[in-house]
Amino acid sequence: MVNIIPNIELNFTHKQFAHCENGVVSNLLRYYGIELSEPMVFGIGSGLFFSHMPFLKVGGIPVTSFRPLPGIIFKRISRRLGIKFEKHKYSNPHKAMDALDENLKNNIPTGMLVGIYHLTYFPDPYRFHFNAHNIVIYGKKDNNYLISDPIMESYETLTYDELLRVRYAKGTFAPKGHMYWAKTIPENIDIESAIIKGIKHTCKDMLTIPIPMFGVKGIKFLSKKVRSYPKKFGARKAASYTGQIVRAQEEIGTGGAGFRYMYGAFLQEASVILKNDELKKLSYELSEIGDLWREFAVIIGRIVKNRNKADESYDKAADLLLVIADREEKFFKKLKSSIT
Amino acid sequence: MKTNDVPQDDANMLQGKFKEPVYSIDTDGNYTTVKSVGWDPKNAVMQEAWDNVNEKIEQTRQKVLSGNLSPIAYYIEKNIMDAGLVAKYMGIWKWKVKRHLKPRNFEKLNDEILEKYAKVFSISKEELVDISILNNHK
Repeated sequence: MVNIIPNIELNFTHKQFAHCENGVVSNLLRYYGIELSEPMVFGIGSGLFFSHMPFLKVGGIPVTSFRPLPGIIFKRISRRLGIKFEKHKYSNPHKAMDALDENLKNNIPTGMLVGIYHLTYFPDPYRFHFNAHNIVIYGKKDNNYLISDPIMESYETLTYDELLRVRYAKGTFAPKGHMYWAKTIPENIDIESAIIKGIKHTCKDMLTIPIPMFGVKGIKFLSKKVRSYPKKFGARKAASYTGQIVRAQEEIGTGGAGFRYMYGAFLQEASVILKNDELKKLSYELSEIGDLWREFAVIIGRIVKNRNKADESYDKAADLLLVIADREEKFFKKLKSSIT
Repeated sequence: MKTNDVPQDDANMLQGKFKEPVYSIDTDGNYTTVKSVGWDPKNAVMQEAWDNVNEKIEQTRQKVLSGNLSPIAYYIEKNIMDAGLVAKYMGIWKWKVKRHLKPRNFEKLNDEILEKYAKVFSISKEELVDISILNNHK
């Protein structure tokens, strides 16, 4: 490859975050002088969610998810803060790399979607074919791209070929060279109204979607499924199915217990900005609900370790999910009324 | 969760490459992050997923060694892929990839296609066609 640009390194400060989508937004905005914490981005972008979709399978296992589809948080936060992003996909991989170089030349730190599987600096146990990971490129040095990956503690680098490969990973959510950068940033950001919009949206998602697979209803639905797993599928498969729930719940990027702790941190920050003490109380209540999710993970962890024996703990896990659903229903109702 | 309760159960899942921030509440009642190297239940479910993957790889390895499947089948499992995903990387139809899983069809593949498969699996063409090396891939 011809080195078409000299070394460029933007004055970009990287911070590590739990979740990549929040992290990239937070890191990019800091470059333009807007300091928003990860929980703030997560809360305003309404990142907390629950869904269980038995017909949607990954690797043959039904999907349970604690977050909305990739890209949704990003869309919501930019709308609510009034930030305009420029977005592009490229059918020609080399053009996608040229466009990136052009951006760097113009001092624009650039976010992009990449696949994890070929991300060389990632720990091997976490390298599977997940294509909606977000990173920022903020420079180029000796033909290596300088990477700010929100999951990593410090800066990383990738060669031209390595970066091209992850930008053109194939499969579900194939990134197709997708990249994005801040276009216009408003002078004044109305953070209060953005927070309230974010909270309202989350309450709506958790309480009122009229399909039993989403929100609080989804948790009850999952409880029923978990109870039926050992009889329906046998010990081994039932263990895989429930194991996926905990993998989603404690995945890198959740900040623990299915994002409940991260949302708690958001509510605490919001209580100060909105001068609303009720939100602070609720932030502690949500931490307790997060603890219940962890208890659930402990039961499943035990089931998975003894996966060759049928186990009566499935009932215990299913009962606990009902308790959680009940607590979350009450919680989100209180949260809704606390901001109206 | 309180900051003191953030688990530090290391099963080398992060290979020392980083630690994960976990949101928790400190003694003054403020949310903060504590970095964690892992947690038992999470390590257990991760291990279970990898055990399943490794079991499939081993079964397929045996089938390739006994001549029932082509090496492509082995490298598909090894890369946690399936025929559909490989087809997308290859830019060919899925049914074609499935055909190439049969040893007698695999033998007829030309160098260009073999090179392409090898690249998808991040190995050389020579490695791809040399079934004997699978004896040592345990």
